This record gives sequence, structure tokens and C-alpha cells, in this order.
Amino acid sequence: MSNKGVIALYVLPSLLLLLSIVYIPIVLTGYYGLNKWDGISPMSFIGFDNYKTLVQDQAFWQSAYHSLLLAVFSAISLIGYLAIALVLSGKIKGANLLRKIYLIPMLLSSVAIAQLWIKIYHPSNGVLNTFLNSIGISDPPSWLADPKVVLFSLFVPIVWQYAGFYILIYYAGLKNIPETLTEAARIDGANSWQIAMRIKLPLVTEIIKVTVVLSVVGSLKYFDLIYVMTDGGPNGASEVMASYMYHKAFRSFDFGYGSAIGFFLLLICLLATYLIRKATATKDTVQFH
Amino acid sequence: MKTEVIPAYPLGAPGAARQAGRRAGMGLMYLALILVAVLQILPLIWLMLFSLKNNQEVLGAPPFSIPTNPHWENYVNVWESGNIGVYFLNSVWITAGAVILTVLLASFVTYAVTRMKWRARSFVLGLFMVGLMIPVHSTLIPLFSTFQKLHLIDNPSSLILSYTAFNLPTTIMILLGFYYALPREVEEAAIMDGCSVNRMFLRIILPMTSSVLATTGIINMIYNWNEFIFVNTFISSDVYKTLTVGVQNFIGQYTTDWGAIGATLMISILPILLAFLIMSERIVEGISAGSVKG
Repeated sequence: MSNKGVIALYVLPSLLLLLSIVYIPIVLTGYYGLNKWDGISPMSFIGFDNYKTLVQDQAFWQSAYHSLLLAVFSAISLIGYLAIALVLSGKIKGANLLRKIYLIPMLLSSVAIAQLWIKIYHPSNGVLNTFLNSIGISDPPSWLADPKVVLFSLFVPIVWQYAGFYILIYYAGLKNIPETLTEAARIDGANSWQIAMRIKLPLVTEIIKVTVVLSVVGSLKYFDLIYVMTDGGPNGASEVMASYMYHKAFRSFDFGYGSAIGFFLLLICLLATYLIRKATATKDTVQFH
Repeated sequence: MKTEVIPAYPLGAPGAARQAGRRAGMGLMYLALILVAVLQILPLIWLMLFSLKNNQEVLGAPPFSIPTNPHWENYVNVWESGNIGVYFLNSVWITAGAVILTVLLASFVTYAVTRMKWRARSFVLGLFMVGLMIPVHSTLIPLFSTFQKLHLIDNPSSLILSYTAFNLPTTIMILLGFYYALPREVEEAAIMDGCSVNRMFLRIILPMTSSVLATTGIINMIYNWNEFIFVNTFISSDVYKTLTVGVQNFIGQYTTDWGAIGATLMISILPILLAFLIMSERIVEGISAGSVKG
């Protein structure tokens, strides 16, 4: 067998799969977005009409605003995860066990988490309201039915789900810092707070950037848990971009418009990645190898 | 232990005060860390408890009370009545199929990228890495209509293909680090002995990478087991549904039977919890390797 043949044998199956399941579909999504199509009858080409509708679609922009809120919340909560990881990476006994416990929710399916939290928020028998009642709060808000609190109620299980993941990533990065550096600072009289802020944090900026991208882009395309817990309701109050797209395509059978939203979502995710990368770009990065 | 260098303060006996302050600080930090851990597992403990109760106990007794005689029949009932057994088996074999395919194909690609010289190498690797950022929803409609044309809608192979394609990038990323670090001496000796490329891959590389294969395997298992949107979109018959969608439908019908819902959820997460108990070290390693190196 020639060299080329061998390489093709090893690479082509995966490459074809990647192209046909990931790359060709995103091109097709962009193209379907230029058509009027219900998924069954033939498509008819309508140019940029779907995209023009999208620009003026109040409901879409509301869902985009919710996705953005989610992204901002998620990015802010990274500070808390980082603080926990900083504490954890000090000389803490049982740190390894703790970070594993933190991780457990992230390993479970969003559907199971969503169903569990529906029960936690249950108006009469949920553990949350039972607890609130016991400390004297007798009229808690209806967590998932009140348009004013529903986004917040959804955000809590999302934090619960992902906290361990980010703590784990930060912890790994912080543990990577050579101890000679922190010890040297301590001998020079720096206290733990100074060591954390002046030495450890600057050395994990690369990791922080990666996590900001992960959490923002992850939030912009977030779907599963919201779809199961509220299905975008009540009355669109928790609709996000991905759930809006899904409803348009697979519930209203507007495949053309759904595709336009899907393509727009792709552009937003790529743009967000690019912008965050650019905004946080630094010339030099620290490596300890 | 290291000896502390305490600067000479003009104030009296700062050492003892600092020591006490540090100890109190440590205590507070421990408390905070443990509080977070409790918050992370408390909902799951509550779930486990109500999965063993009947409605009377759920509605009457305090939420964290231990059921006096646990209703294990909740588990038996949902397993038998609600197709949960079928969904479970579907999850098992679809997950297994996709895991094996992904790990094998990713090993092929990583082998070719790290051990062979060819021109499009970095471009192809780049394609896989950018694939990490593509939202699933941006591919959903074309995949749905294409699978429909190929009569693969309501057919588990649409799931296995999609899972494999979307998990290849992470899997390759984890494998790459390991392959680069792998010492070349064994391979060089094998080439001297006239070993062919394929033999080398099967007899030498795959066995040498078995530990990282286990890591990628368990990570893939978790992703596939939990996957929801593809099953929800591509599969309509009960006989092919996996646990995530099955659980979702089942619970929709039994909104008032807490014990049944709890048992269903427990059944759906138990395999993951079990895998976590056995392989937590690998899971931690895989998740940190698969996310940061991008």
C-alpha cells in the first residue's frame, strides 16, 4: 500500500464523518435559511427574507437577550468558581475528594437535573419551599411560573450543574504552578492573599480566557435544561435562542426560518469566541516546561 | 514543615495573634468548601430518599427523613411498566457503539497526525478542532432532513453517527497530548524489525495507549449517555428511545407519583454514578485534558 493510501485509510473515515455531520450541515443551514420550507413540500428560494424577518422579530431578540443574560451571569459566576479553586489549591486536606464531589452534577444528564429541579421548585412539596416555610417565609414566588423570576430559577441549577467543571479546570491550572514560585514569595513576606492575587492569578490568565469563552459560548447555545424545565415559558419569559430555533423548526415546522436562526446562532457563537479572544489577547504567555 | 520567618514588628507578640487569625481563616475556608460540597450533593440525596418513598411519605414526612420501610418496588414498577427497561438497554448499546467507534476513529486520526508526515496534516487537525465550537443546533435541520432522505430517521445509526462526529474533536484533543508524550523508542525498534504501519498501530500503539483510551472512553460514555437533543429530534418510536428522552416522556405522564419519578431518575443516573465511583480519577483527568488544551 502506498503512503498516501495508508494515510487515507487512517484519516478519511473520520474526516468524511466530520464533514458530513458537522461542516456540510452548517453550510446547508445557511442555504436553507434562504428558502421558504416546511420540511415536507419543495423549498422555494426567497433570498434574504428570513434573515430580514429575523432582524425585526421581537420574540427572537427577546430570546437573544435571555441568552445574553445567561452568558453574563455565567461569566460573572466564574469569579466564584475561581475563588473556590484558589482556596482548594492551597494546602487543603481532602482537596482531591472535594473537587470530585463538586463535579458530580456535571456528569448527570441535563434531563435528569431538570426533572430533579422541577421537583425541588415544586410549589407545595418541593424541598426549597418546604425549607422556606420552615424558616417562616410562607409566600415564596412561584419559581418556574413567574415570568419575573423564572430566568433566575433556571440559572441556579445551571450553576449547580457546571460549578464543579470550572472549579476542576481552575484547580488543575493552579496546581500546575511550581511551588518554588509561591514559596519564594512567602519567604519574601507575601501573605496568602497577595500570593493569590499577584502570583497565582496572573499565571492562570490563559485558562481564565478559555473558561470565559467556554462559559459564554456554552450559554449562548444553551438548550437542554431550559427546554425540559420550562420549554421557554411562561409565555416566552425563559425562551433562549436555541429553544426558539427548535420551536420554530420542529413545532411550527418553519424549517426555513428555523435554519436562518440556526445559522445566526452559529455566527454569534463564532463572533463571541473571536471577540473574547481578541479582547483578552496578550503578547506573552507563561509556560513552565 | 518550613519554619516561618516572622518580621520583627514593633507591636507586642504578633506571632500568636497571626497564628490564631490564620487558623480561624483556615477554619472558615474549610467551612465554605464543605458547604459547597453539601450543596452539590444534597439535591441528589433528596432524590435518592424520595425515590424510596410513597406519596404519603413525600407529602407528609420531612424532606430528608429516612423512609422507614423503603419502597424498592418503585424501581421494580417503573422498570416493568414504563418501558424504562427498553430505554435503558437502548442507552447501553447506543452508547457503547458510539464510544467504540469514536475512540477507534480518533486513534486512527491521532496516529496519522502524530506519526506520519503529510501536507494537509495541520489543516485537517484544524478542522477537527474548530468542530468543537459548532453549536449542535446549527446542524440540526439539515441532519434531520438528510437522515430522513436516507431513511435513517427513527433509526439508531443516525444517533451513533452524530455522537461519533461531534465527539471526535474532544477525543482527538485528549489523545493528542498523550501521543506526543509517548516515547518513540519502541516504535523505532519495531520499524527496525520490519513492522508494518498497520501492525504497529494494532500491536504496539493501541496497547500502549490503553490508559488514555479508557479515559476518552469514559468521557465519551458520559456524553453519549446524557445526550438529549439528537434522540429527541431523530427518534420517534419507543423501541429506539434512550433513557434521556424516555425519562422525559415517562415523567410527563406520571407527574404526581413522586416515588415513580424518583426511581426513574435514579435508574437513569445510576450507571454514571457507578462509573464515577470506579473511575473518578480518569473522569477528572479526561475532563480537564479535554477542555483546557484548546
